[in-house]
Amino acid sequence: MSNPLIDMQKPDVIFCIGTNMTECHPVAATGLKKAVARGAKLIVADPRRIGLADMSHLYLPLRVGSDTALLLGMAHVIAREGLMDEAFIATRTVGFDDFFEHISEWTPEWAETITGVPAKDIETAAIWYGSADKGAIYYTLGITEHICGVENVQSLCNLALMTGNVGREGTGINPMRGQNNIQGAGDSGALPNNYPGFQAVTEPENQEKFAAAYGREIDMEKGITKVTALELCGAELHAMLIDGENTLLSDPHRVHCEHALRSLAHLVVIDIFLTETAQLADVVLPATAWGETDGVCTNTERRVQRLRAAVPPAGEAKPDWWIICQIAQRLGFKGFDFDSPKPIFNELCRLSPIYAGLDWERIEKGEYQWPVPHKAHPGTPRLHEEEFINGRGVFSNVHYRDPAETISAAFPVWLTTGRRLQSYHTRTQTGRAQGIDYLLSEESLEVNPADIEKWQLANGEWCKMSSARGSITIKVKATNRSPRGTVFASFSFGDVPVNLLTGSGYDPVTHTAELKVCPVRLEPL
Amino acid sequence: MKHEMEIDGVEVTFSEGETILEVAQRHQKEIPTLCYDARLEPFGGCRLCIVDLEGARTPVASCTTQATAGMVVKTATETIEAYRKTLLEMVVSENREVDVDALRGYAAGELANLRDRYAVHTPGITGETSGTIKADDNPFILRDYELCISCYRCVRVCAEQEGDHAITVMNRGFDTQITTEFDGLLKDSACTFCGQCIHTCPTGALADKKALRHAEDTTQPRVAAPLPDIEKTRTICPYCGVGCSVDMLTKAGQIVGIHPAMDGPANQGALCVKGQFAYDFVHHPDRLKTPLVRGDDGELCEATWDDALDRAAEGFRKAHATYGRHSIYGIASGRAPSEAAYLMQKFIRAGFGTNYIDNCSRA
Ligand code: SF4
Ligand code: SF4
Ligand code: FES
Repeated sequence: MSNPLIDMQKPDVIFCIGTNMTECHPVAATGLKKAVARGAKLIVADPRRIGLADMSHLYLPLRVGSDTALLLGMAHVIAREGLMDEAFIATRTVGFDDFFEHISEWTPEWAETITGVPAKDIETAAIWYGSADKGAIYYTLGITEHICGVENVQSLCNLALMTGNVGREGTGINPMRGQNNIQGAGDSGALPNNYPGFQAVTEPENQEKFAAAYGREIDMEKGITKVTALELCGAELHAMLIDGENTLLSDPHRVHCEHALRSLAHLVVIDIFLTETAQLADVVLPATAWGETDGVCTNTERRVQRLRAAVPPAGEAKPDWWIICQIAQRLGFKGFDFDSPKPIFNELCRLSPIYAGLDWERIEKGEYQWPVPHKAHPGTPRLHEEEFINGRGVFSNVHYRDPAETISAAFPVWLTTGRRLQSYHTRTQTGRAQGIDYLLSEESLEVNPADIEKWQLANGEWCKMSSARGSITIKVKATNRSPRGTVFASFSFGDVPVNLLTGSGYDPVTHTAELKVCPVRLEPL
Repeated sequence: MKHEMEIDGVEVTFSEGETILEVAQRHQKEIPTLCYDARLEPFGGCRLCIVDLEGARTPVASCTTQATAGMVVKTATETIEAYRKTLLEMVVSENREVDVDALRGYAAGELANLRDRYAVHTPGITGETSGTIKADDNPFILRDYELCISCYRCVRVCAEQEGDHAITVMNRGFDTQITTEFDGLLKDSACTFCGQCIHTCPTGALADKKALRHAEDTTQPRVAAPLPDIEKTRTICPYCGVGCSVDMLTKAGQIVGIHPAMDGPANQGALCVKGQFAYDFVHHPDRLKTPLVRGDDGELCEATWDDALDRAAEGFRKAHATYGRHSIYGIASGRAPSEAAYLMQKFIRAGFGTNYIDNCSRA
């Protein structure tokens, strides 16, 4: 997030797109609720009539996968109505003239034909956001999990740049991270293109620094993403180390994924449960869980905080860091003789400019948000206040693209996927907490009542749902949250492996899977 | 005009908008409160926080009265203290039990603490009690309305902090009850089971049913002071990216409950159902307790750490020798601590000199 969580209470206009915040980030949503109670206007764009939509002043029910079109239409209106922040554009951005010309073509009327949202509402949204003193954008995976995830994000940046809604209290472009340390995993360099602290591997300077620190040459080329890796299993890749991820349930196209992992000569999985993925491993190593180990995590607002152990490990479980060190030492690798997490974190801080001012003691109270470039620095709750990291903000002349697959006679219904409040990811954790079943005991497919009739299904009965990749059976639940022609399910339950169906395509740049769009067919059982 | 006032004979400064209570608290005055929660709009219901204000005909509630320049305030005159004691006697007498188990909730001991401080005897004034335990089969929230003192903190936290408006006040006066819309089960209301109402309740009327499974004796009420064998450890919720601070309550090597951290930098005391109640996966029987290695028969079987680690290393050594550096890949976790992710990338980069590393953020 460019802005701190506390800023969520401060905007005049809030634009939420592709985020089911009341369910996925409930505590963050309380900030928005306070802003709305205070009089802020809330615009919500989502294919489903989610909880946030019920609170909104303007709801834009766009067709799944049509976000770029909606955002181009909004940019058009902001330009047409002259709602730009000229001073901001002049001093902080480049490429506006080209962009101005580019968007002249993409009228809200055109956007209506793609998104299904009335042009009038697109105009209203643009005018509200464009006229706001403090306009803030919030989004999550509903924006990124598309083949055009990059264009979607660029489109949001365009809106913020043209209206100067960046670098001030109550503004910004704010993606919410889904897992408690997904930000920290990226910060720590678990990325094929970046060393720790987002230092590009393709920069000779960075390569030299890490070659010196690690005592060996490291490739100058970017590595491959997980998505590519799964495609190369058995062909070029033969051994894999997976830490705490249930790849099989969480990744799209499960059949392909399982086949990939099975074709490895050697698979080692570190986890706290024998997940579907761990069951395929040659070696499974039991890790300590939350509450059993000390460590550091970084939240969605870049706040670096301490995790603390309070109970002894289950059985012989060991901390992840210890397990990795042990394997490394057996392979004769240097620099893995750690005896606690503290020196590991401190090494990360030394090598990472965004953490340079931090160390194990300084993050005791969780006061710092990175970048913290040196010890006297107070941290950076708000990014881009004076300037952007790369100098000026760049407008992107994006084009709308159809999803990888669109509905057809064979697969006439849009399936979109996500999470629910009471369950988390693949339920390896929430599924094993007492009482959670009382609130949510099984998965069901949310279908509009009129569609239930149309496809001859019955509320509460099972149906067969098929995509180009496979079929599953799932219980039908009638709800007006789903619009006509679009159905929803979460991927949390192992007995309803929705990701057998998804996996139609990937964003070519980020390799994020298009989990939010999948044409399917529904049949009674 | 300068922002200065006098509290108990001492000149103090205040900032615009501060209440007398806030100023007094900053100066270590222990004014008793019951309906006050620093995170909520002041309510002024219990009148326990009254102070003597020069020039006012009657004492004023310090939690609702804004500080103004030149005020002269006395926080604990004899009259005020006597008045507080009488108020407490009335409140205490209405309750079936004041000494509740500390596991009921974060603030559950507030009333008992005040009773001790003012040496109020239980029962002081005898009278009818107010309400009953509400039958509700939900596994998280005990609704023990006999202990309710109508401070409305739960209703206010639900509305103001959570924005859920799941509970309201039914009836007036002595029959006042906290209830859901249509007086039904919480499950059928707008309740999201965030647990905030439990942890603001000053009497334990709304209580943490799940934590109470670990109470010494679930049928008998207990002393209010935190039980000596419960430890609190500050950590971060294991679920989403908001990173809410929580205090883990542990007893004999087990997590028995979660308290929201009122000073948590990301959440200021707020939590959701996952952070509040979904902690016991840690102790689930399905936890992996020993390393597993695939045997010749194709089945995973238990192994010693030494054997398993040797096997793990051997497989990477072989792949490296047979297929080269670019045949090995690492996927780091978005849930394990940063040290794990850092070492995963170091394992790949320092070990094999490639950038064949990713984390699970792409799915
Ligand atoms: S648990 Fe949360 S949502 Fe439910 S009544 Fe209590 S405060 Fe309201
Ligand atoms: S308590 Fe809920 S909102 Fe807070 S970090 Fe945990 S899962 Fe996220
Ligand atoms: S605390 Fe001030 S009236 Fe209750």
